Amino acid sequence: MPAVAETLDTVQSVTEGTYKWGFETEIEMDFAPKGLNEDTVRFISAEKKEPEWLLEWRLKAFATWQKMQEPRWPAVKYPPIDYQDAYYYAAPKKKDGPKSLDEVDPELLKTYAKLGIPLKEQAILAGVEGAGDSPSEGGRMPIAVDAVFDSVSVATSYKERLAKDGIIFCAISEAVQEHPELVKQYLGTVVPPGDNFYAALNSAVFTDGSFVYIPKGVRCPMELSTYFRINAKSTGQFERTLIIADEGAIVSYLEGCTAPMRDENQLHAAVVELVALDDAQIKYSTVQNWYPGDAEGRGGIYNFVTKRAQCRGKRSKVSWTQVETGSAITWKYPSCVLLGDDSVGEFYSVAITNNHQQADTGTKMIHVGKRTTSTIVSKGISAGKGQNTYRGLVRVAPTASGARNFTQCDSLLIGDQCGAHTVPYIENRNMSAKVEHEATTSRIAEDQLFYCRQRGLSEEDAVGLIVNGFCREVLKELPMEFAVEAQKLLQISLEGSVG
Amino acid sequence: MLRIEGLTAEVEGKPILKGIDLEVPAGEVHAIMGPNGSGKSTLSYVLAGREGYEVTGGSATLNGVDLLGMEPEERAAAGVFLAFQYPVELPGVGNANFLRTALNAIRRGKGESELDAMQFLKLARARLKELQMSEDMLKRGVNVGFSGGEKKRNEVLQMALLRPSLAILDETDSGLDIDALKIVADGVNALRAPDFSALVITHYQRLLDYIVPDKVHVLMQGRIVQTGGPELAKQLEASGYASVQAAA
Repeated sequence: MPAVAETLDTVQSVTEGTYKWGFETEIEMDFAPKGLNEDTVRFISAEKKEPEWLLEWRLKAFATWQKMQEPRWPAVKYPPIDYQDAYYYAAPKKKDGPKSLDEVDPELLKTYAKLGIPLKEQAILAGVEGAGDSPSEGGRMPIAVDAVFDSVSVATSYKERLAKDGIIFCAISEAVQEHPELVKQYLGTVVPPGDNFYAALNSAVFTDGSFVYIPKGVRCPMELSTYFRINAKSTGQFERTLIIADEGAIVSYLEGCTAPMRDENQLHAAVVELVALDDAQIKYSTVQNWYPGDAEGRGGIYNFVTKRAQCRGKRSKVSWTQVETGSAITWKYPSCVLLGDDSVGEFYSVAITNNHQQADTGTKMIHVGKRTTSTIVSKGISAGKGQNTYRGLVRVAPTASGARNFTQCDSLLIGDQCGAHTVPYIENRNMSAKVEHEATTSRIAEDQLFYCRQRGLSEEDAVGLIVNGFCREVLKELPMEFAVEAQKLLQISLEGSVG
Repeated sequence: MLRIEGLTAEVEGKPILKGIDLEVPAGEVHAIMGPNGSGKSTLSYVLAGREGYEVTGGSATLNGVDLLGMEPEERAAAGVFLAFQYPVELPGVGNANFLRTALNAIRRGKGESELDAMQFLKLARARLKELQMSEDMLKRGVNVGFSGGEKKRNEVLQMALLRPSLAILDETDSGLDIDALKIVADGVNALRAPDFSALVITHYQRLLDYIVPDKVHVLMQGRIVQTGGPELAKQLEASGYASVQAAA
């Protein structure tokens, strides 16, 4: 609740239309030669000192990608992308030797400090007794962070603390070296390299990302988080995240992202794979705040992302929560394949499009196991000239007896030049399954605004309050720390949308 | 005090207020009565600054401050409170959150310090107790799923928290049973003070049994056609607006 008051303060301190994460860090970088061909793939693999099998895997993906077409079915418009006119690898020049926080370039540390990302293990360094063993004591809950800067992971905190429980949390490039058997066993098994155009591209040139393995029966003692930052010019970010929750494991994972303001469009094509075995639970939360472009629609990130979870085990559960406020274009469908009997998939989404932003986002819930259940709650908010499409698929296979789905899609319009579209697909092949879909579209009514203003709220604060109310069902799914952030972000994203 | 002089206003090009002159001295409660379509609600919206209610002439000041040139939220900070005839629902917005946001917005506008969650809760509980309302009121969404009576009580709660210098009650009595009516009236009466004035807009005399006005004005066809003491309301109840029209 106090978050709204904080929201108001934040907004007051932010001048209209500014994207406060838009600064650029000056740092010496290593680049791969511009353009994309087999040599680029080999370069990346060599830079990462990858084993032969992974290079082969990448090259195969690259060959597949070359035969594929960019998808044209999303309801988004953009000029053709020249895939040869970009860098596929950009890494801060590094000094040799083992990576520890003390050796990270101070410029990078400053960057993350400016972004409000705690890379230092604050509680432990501050000497709070017992903080290392019991995260809930000593006030603030620590969050383990993996920071990915352009193409590489620059630091991962709390690794040793997590290792005590057998938890692996590291950069995926590190996992390839340290835990090749796990990577080999799971990589590409949820999102195969040839799954779609962008997934194939990612498989060929992915650079870094996070790797998480939670062993049997372990409940991860703190939130895990990856913070993605695109900094270099003309560079695409292709990260790959793989999370495996073994039997009975429980983990909550957060993801945040920002980029500098630039007139050019930059590509972000990530792949996220989640695997939940018997009785495992994964909660994956995203606050996506890539640079959205300016008020005239210049610049901004193209966010073309494939996120998918497999609930392989019985009674396993995966919950996706996303707050999508950034990017010029968002193309993203975090999905759940519900294989295990009684497994559960959830998708909670808030997507905002303001100015010229376009979003085509939603989810797929594929019911295969018996008595599998899924819940979809999607809140789309369109303002300015923004276009917002919910696209969802609920598929019930003949095997999924007693499957259940509930879908709710609400759209809120601000102004008269924006658009909201809902495209739900339902394919039910089992007579005993129950699929429900509800959808609404509404406007922020003049009487709601006047009511708030009569009580002393400015028009923008009133919109913020009403929008936060509209999104409440989704925001309450976010971990506490993120919920406050998200509320602020919603309001900032909508600045200038009324009046 | 509220001073209105020669106020004219139109809605969608149609003149509704045709020259209102009215003074409500500080510390007084005045009632405005009139038949449907006489311009009662228009007057309240014009004073609160609702979009679409176009002022075409005249002036309105509260304690010497020109109201008509201000945004609605500035008028709120200047002390104007409108209790709505149809309070608006804000789905998903918690009542406590809304009330605190509103209170702090107005305190900011007045240059006062904001209240944190605990300070607010203490104040809200005190007001709820005075108004004999349940604390559940704070936990619910703003007016969502409220009965007509609960919505009006929520308006009175807001008024008690915001402590305006001018309260305009737009047919707050409509749709209320007698118990709710008493709670609303008690709420207004509790606020009576030398620096508080109220404009009670009502169709019926009933509410005025509980909120006894210092003066009663009769509004017809966009003009105040008669002003008197509380007895005028009783007279209207007995003989109807037709008698006033004939006299006017």
